[in-house]
Amino acid sequence: MLLSYAKGVAKGKTYGLTFEWLPDLYLNFSLYLDGLSLLFGLLVTGMGALVMVFAGKYMQPYALRNRFFFYILLFEFAMLALVLSGNLFTLFIFWELTSVTSFLLIGFSHEKPEARSAALQGLLITVSGGLAMMAGFIMLGQVVGSLEIAQLLKSGSIVQNHPHYLWILLLILAGAFTKSAQFPFHFWLPGAMQAPSPVSAFLHSATMVKAGIYLLARLSPLLAGTPEWKYILTITGAVTMILGGYFAYSQTDFKKVLAYTTISALGTLVLMLGIHTEISVKAAIIFLLVHALYKGSLFMVAGLIDKSTGTRDLRKLGGLFQVMPITSVAAIVSLLSMAGLPPMIGFIGKELIYEAKFALPEMGNFLLVAGVATNIIMVAISLALIFRLFLGKLRFPGNRPQIPDLALSIGPMILAAISLVIGLFPSQVSNLLLKPAIASVMPEITHVKLALWHGFNEVLVLSLITVIAGLILFRLYSIVNPRLTYFNNEIITFRFADSFNKGLKLFTRLTKKKTAFIQSGYQRYYLMAIFIITSLLAWYQLYYTREAINWWHFQGAEFYDWAIVVIITASAILAAITASRLVAIIALGVTGYGITLVFLIYGAVDVAITMLLVETLILILFLLLIYHLPRFTNFSSTASRLRDAAIALTTGGFMTGLVLKATQVNLHPTISEYFIATAKPLANGENIVNVILVDYRALDTLGEITVLAVAALGVVALLKLKTKKGSTS
Amino acid sequence: MNSYMIQLAAKRLLPLIFLFSLIVFYRGHNDPGGGFIGGLLAASGFIFYAMAFNVQAAERQLKVSPLVLIIAGLSTALISTLPALFVGNPFFTGEWFSLDLGFAGKVKIGTPMLFDFGVYLTVWGIMLTVIFNVMEE
Repeated sequence: MLLSYAKGVAKGKTYGLTFEWLPDLYLNFSLYLDGLSLLFGLLVTGMGALVMVFAGKYMQPYALRNRFFFYILLFEFAMLALVLSGNLFTLFIFWELTSVTSFLLIGFSHEKPEARSAALQGLLITVSGGLAMMAGFIMLGQVVGSLEIAQLLKSGSIVQNHPHYLWILLLILAGAFTKSAQFPFHFWLPGAMQAPSPVSAFLHSATMVKAGIYLLARLSPLLAGTPEWKYILTITGAVTMILGGYFAYSQTDFKKVLAYTTISALGTLVLMLGIHTEISVKAAIIFLLVHALYKGSLFMVAGLIDKSTGTRDLRKLGGLFQVMPITSVAAIVSLLSMAGLPPMIGFIGKELIYEAKFALPEMGNFLLVAGVATNIIMVAISLALIFRLFLGKLRFPGNRPQIPDLALSIGPMILAAISLVIGLFPSQVSNLLLKPAIASVMPEITHVKLALWHGFNEVLVLSLITVIAGLILFRLYSIVNPRLTYFNNEIITFRFADSFNKGLKLFTRLTKKKTAFIQSGYQRYYLMAIFIITSLLAWYQLYYTREAINWWHFQGAEFYDWAIVVIITASAILAAITASRLVAIIALGVTGYGITLVFLIYGAVDVAITMLLVETLILILFLLLIYHLPRFTNFSSTASRLRDAAIALTTGGFMTGLVLKATQVNLHPTISEYFIATAKPLANGENIVNVILVDYRALDTLGEITVLAVAALGVVALLKLKTKKGSTS
Repeated sequence: MNSYMIQLAAKRLLPLIFLFSLIVFYRGHNDPGGGFIGGLLAASGFIFYAMAFNVQAAERQLKVSPLVLIIAGLSTALISTLPALFVGNPFFTGEWFSLDLGFAGKVKIGTPMLFDFGVYLTVWGIMLTVIFNVMEE
């Protein structure tokens, strides 16, 4: 279905669809399709289909596989919606949904504590990044006045010249970097390998971790090109790239190796987008496709090997070509692509990346060295995997592995074949898919030409150096790898994941202490805190505007007003000083009814009726409760009674002041006129109070009744809990 | 409370109060009244009944649990905000249309009314939940 749009997108068209939701907050549900979202959309659906076939077989022994497919399909939906979103808030919602589904999938084997902790870690990191990103989006919305992507893409200069540009950039980068596992947030991704292999193949290589890359690419026309963008992205990307490569080289678990090479690849992508030149954007988009193809395939192979041999430990495996030849060919082809060797598409990607680094003079040397070093490692890893895992002497820990089921091996085969075909015939794909995607990241680019053979130039020399050095490193693999593993495990005691967990524990301890301090559990202290703080704040304001308030203004007060005032005051005082609970409650009721009268006299009939009913019901409630209470005894000391009286007087006083001020100071023409004028024509109602409640302010009302419902549930819980306790003791 | 007078009054008044609460709810759009007041009134009828007999009897009269009323009310209020989305207006826009009843003339029906009915149900349910639970203590 998405492909049917490909022709139009290739001509530079974009498609959009918008439902307004809360347009005043720039919240819309809208979809937007251009070259970039098309490429990602096809990646998501295409990989999704292959992974589903793979998972159908892979997940068979799992008891909860129905749940698994629900999660993974939910993820696919969220991811597709994310890349097709036309509004940043729509994008944000689906972004978070992918985090949540990722959490559920990593923690799928929830009986394992490592899986649970890895899932929690991934969730906390990506979601806190998402939160920062939302703040960035909100600021962006304030600056541009819209969150529609189509609108935003035209507003690059406004945003980049805005004083808040750096903040917006940092906040959005926080979201993108956490999602795409950039240093120093990279550590959740290796942990995420606790998930079943289809999940690793789908979420943690091809799609979800690319969401950050997607966002960076998507917002490139808006944010990119400034020095801040360039330095933050290139440095983060380069560091991530090298670190990922180093860790990948020193791992022994096949999936961990793949996870760290993924981190490295994500670093490369960020770096390319950070350079933001014509050639680097091309390189980024092509490498994105390259990486998704080979990494998806390799993760499935990893799952398959795990399934048929029972281990992923590279030290225990070897020569698998003899038992699973077809799969091994697919894996080897993918590994060649990862190494960036011809004739694979990976070679084209790597050549472009080198070229991009050459084209950036001021940081060129540093980046070039970093890039070459990383690629040397990639070559070495690929060769090591090819020669030790697939070729060579057959080794396996348990029984002789079976030839894997076709459903398991077809995914890697298809992906490897695509890698090869695109490598050989790059121009077709580039015209249909890559060119529009590149153009939507950098609109200036109109021409994309890909070829395997670029002629003999410095880039080719670099590639040759890379391969030779990679070969040397590969020869050293069997010597260096155990040492590095030892080094990582024993010498470097600092672990990102562990320190994150430690920090988390410390944080929960601190919040527990803080909560215990603030939440005393006594209602009277809560009430006191609320009253004191509100009234002090209000008094502060009232004091500075005291000239504007006429405190003794009694014109127009009729004798019945006075009568009501006397009744209210007398009953209030009675309620405060009486020694009988019953009297106090009835006196309070009288106060309430008195206020109801005031409302009635001044024409607020609705409020009066409501108040009358509420007062009556409260009175009933009190009378019901009074029956169960012990005899009234005076527990409180004189001091505490005086304190309460003082609080009551301050609070009452500020309310009086506030009301006086409200009636005398009219800053704006009152809003009631607007309501009176528009209630009938706009909302078909003549009762303004009700029209406000159910139409103009319906959202507030919905919130209020929800709060009431929750309060009612709270009452039920409180009372039921108490009876249970009473019955057991 | 075992007073025959009050029990009889509660029995006879319950449907009347209920009907009255519906009227108050309906007229709320143009005159004093509305979902909130209507809900309180409906609740008070049942509370009176519960006081005259007991909570169980009142719950039998109600047929459903007060919690169901709350759920139904909140859902109704929420659903009433959705039709606007389908005709392309922002969330929460009031949508009105006329209903020709023939003999009774034209009646204007709108989503705000549905929303108000949600408020009515919710308030009714909340009051009953709280008071019934307290009475049972």
